[in-house]
Amino acid sequence: MALIELRGVSKIYHLGGEEIRALDNVDLDINGGEFISIIGPSGSGKSTLMHILGCLDSPTKGSIKLDGTEIASASTRDLARIRNEKIGFVFQFFNLLPKLNVLQNVELPLVYAGCGSRERRERAMEALRLVEMDNRAKHRPMQLSGGQQQRAAIARALVNRPKIVFADEPTGNLDSHTGETILKLFHDLSRKGSTIALVTHDPEIAAVTPRKIEIRDGKIAKNVDAKLAGQLDGPKFAVGNQPG
Amino acid sequence: MHLINAILVGLKEIWANKFRSMLTMLGIILGVSSLVAMSALVKGMENGMKEALIAIGGLEKVRVEEQDIPVWQQHLADQAVGTTMNDVHALIRSAPLITMVVPEMRTRNITMTRGGKSISPWNFIGTWPNAVELNQHVVAHGRMFNALDDENARNVCVIGTAVRDALFGSPEQIGREVIPVGEFVNINNQRFKIIGMFEHYESDQDKKRRELQTAKPPEPKGTGPERSRGYGSMGSKGGSRSMGGFVFDLKNNSVYIPLNTMWLRFRAASGTSGTGTGGFGGRSSSGSSSGSGSTAEFVPDPRLSTLSVKIADIDKMDEALQQAKNVMLHTHKGIEDFSFRTQENWSEGITQAISNARMSGGIIAAISLLVGGIGIMNIMLASITERVREIGIRKAIGATFFDVFTQILVESVVIAILGGVAGLFTSNMLVKLLIILSPTENTPVITVESMFLAFAFSVAVGILAGLFPALKAAKLNPIQALRYE
Repeated sequence: MALIELRGVSKIYHLGGEEIRALDNVDLDINGGEFISIIGPSGSGKSTLMHILGCLDSPTKGSIKLDGTEIASASTRDLARIRNEKIGFVFQFFNLLPKLNVLQNVELPLVYAGCGSRERRERAMEALRLVEMDNRAKHRPMQLSGGQQQRAAIARALVNRPKIVFADEPTGNLDSHTGETILKLFHDLSRKGSTIALVTHDPEIAAVTPRKIEIRDGKIAKNVDAKLAGQLDGPKFAVGNQPG
Repeated sequence: MHLINAILVGLKEIWANKFRSMLTMLGIILGVSSLVAMSALVKGMENGMKEALIAIGGLEKVRVEEQDIPVWQQHLADQAVGTTMNDVHALIRSAPLITMVVPEMRTRNITMTRGGKSISPWNFIGTWPNAVELNQHVVAHGRMFNALDDENARNVCVIGTAVRDALFGSPEQIGREVIPVGEFVNINNQRFKIIGMFEHYESDQDKKRRELQTAKPPEPKGTGPERSRGYGSMGSKGGSRSMGGFVFDLKNNSVYIPLNTMWLRFRAASGTSGTGTGGFGGRSSSGSSSGSGSTAEFVPDPRLSTLSVKIADIDKMDEALQQAKNVMLHTHKGIEDFSFRTQENWSEGITQAISNARMSGGIIAAISLLVGGIGIMNIMLASITERVREIGIRKAIGATFFDVFTQILVESVVIAILGGVAGLFTSNMLVKLLIILSPTENTPVITVESMFLAFAFSVAVGILAGLFPALKAAKLNPIQALRYE
């Protein structure tokens, strides 16, 4: 059974009497351990898809099963709990809390999960080691470079051992070199077993993932799995150097 | 999220915005301290008034006073006898609800002299020995005159300290306390022996001030000739006097002599005729209706100035007064030329004044606390607007509605609690400042209840002020909050 199953999911907004179908009857399966990218131009509905997959939003129609649980009609309180336990987020602008240091930022999801302070600290340090940021634990976000902030944000996304991590344009605010190291980090994490979904408008970034889901006008335009197609032997990080 | 965690987060947030939080807290600090200070002032006032009430004899004391004859009895006016010793004996015999009857005969235009000094005491009273008990006097030196002194109409007197101060010098003036028991004075040129002196009556506040002053060396006198500053500047103490303080002055400025002495030396003997001696007690005179002073009269006036009674049980006040009225109507031949004055009026006045003061002061202080609360709400609203993104992040990583709600509410309550605690400390200083700025006769008393109440009120204000901002923050949509710039 897939980790996430979308069946006939639609999200419809009403703006000034006009109906806007941000998502139109989407079917999608994501399996555990997959490394995927969701790609599409702005306004295509990819953000809406990510919000719905990430339990930040509920669909107008359709059913979503996350880890076997139906969440399309869950209450906001249940959604908050699912976000806390099963989902990690990485944002374009890092979104670390400036008043807290790196360790406290990483601990934050565990605070809401109700962990004791010792366990919080241990697991947060573990997550920081995973992204090689354990030596910056006491720094404030503002004292770090963009790449370091994004690593800390990734540690925060991982600290709850989520079923899936969503990264929304994670390299969008970084220079290309730093962006590459972040993508490499995602790939390493994927190899260690994390399920990761990159959301991007950039085909070059999407190229690093084995599976690409392209969204256009609220519908899945392409759903290419390189492994199944046998087109790709391994990931390529060098941007612009992709197999034809 | 645990509550302790939430409180820690709240404290951190307050610490991060120290100046802003301080300003916000200031509203609560002022509200709490003014509430406590206000109630301390009222409490002090209440204490002072209660002290004064006890000093004038408590609620059990009832005075029988002369009253204008009612209109429907005007035709009997020339038969009205006034209050006399007949009433005293009748009440003792026939009114069991009255435990004590004290006749008083006063005379004005009295001058006491000794050496070159003189005084006209405010209260020059001929009475029975039990007046000491009824009027809550304490004989500190010597003794009160007894029944024998009264029966023999001896020329003895018991004086208050103000009289002593005037005739012998006050302790403040001559540096030691004169106890003039055994000395002789002239009262309207008749030789009287002082056999006792009452203690010095004063309010607690005056007592404290006096003790403070004796501890300090005497201050040099101001320049210019000594002068009296007129009414209200009696005694060596400066500062303003209250109604309560006046009661004590009045008590100190008293001279008691036996009733029979008063009758023989100052009433019956004072007229040019000098007639009508002795045995007035059992006589029912037709009485002259003109003034009751020691002015020249051919027939001495046997009427009592006042008749004070003590009733057995304060709960049976009405029954006791009815009984006394029945008895006295009998001795007064049915003419109602007397009335009863209880201290209930004053007592009720005190209660009324206190509750008025408490109410108005409480409302003003509560309003200032409310303004403090509005300040908190305002700052919390500004704070959540600043932190929309933070709230979005927190929600994205799993904070529930309740988590965010508690966080904001706790911040608001923590500000209120810190402000409340600081306000309690400030109130202490505020009260001290008030004492310095206006040396009132009544020491403000900070009560534990008022502190507790003010603190509880500040916490309640913190909760109320936090509710709306907390609700607003908790209802934020995480997606929109994350997009917020």
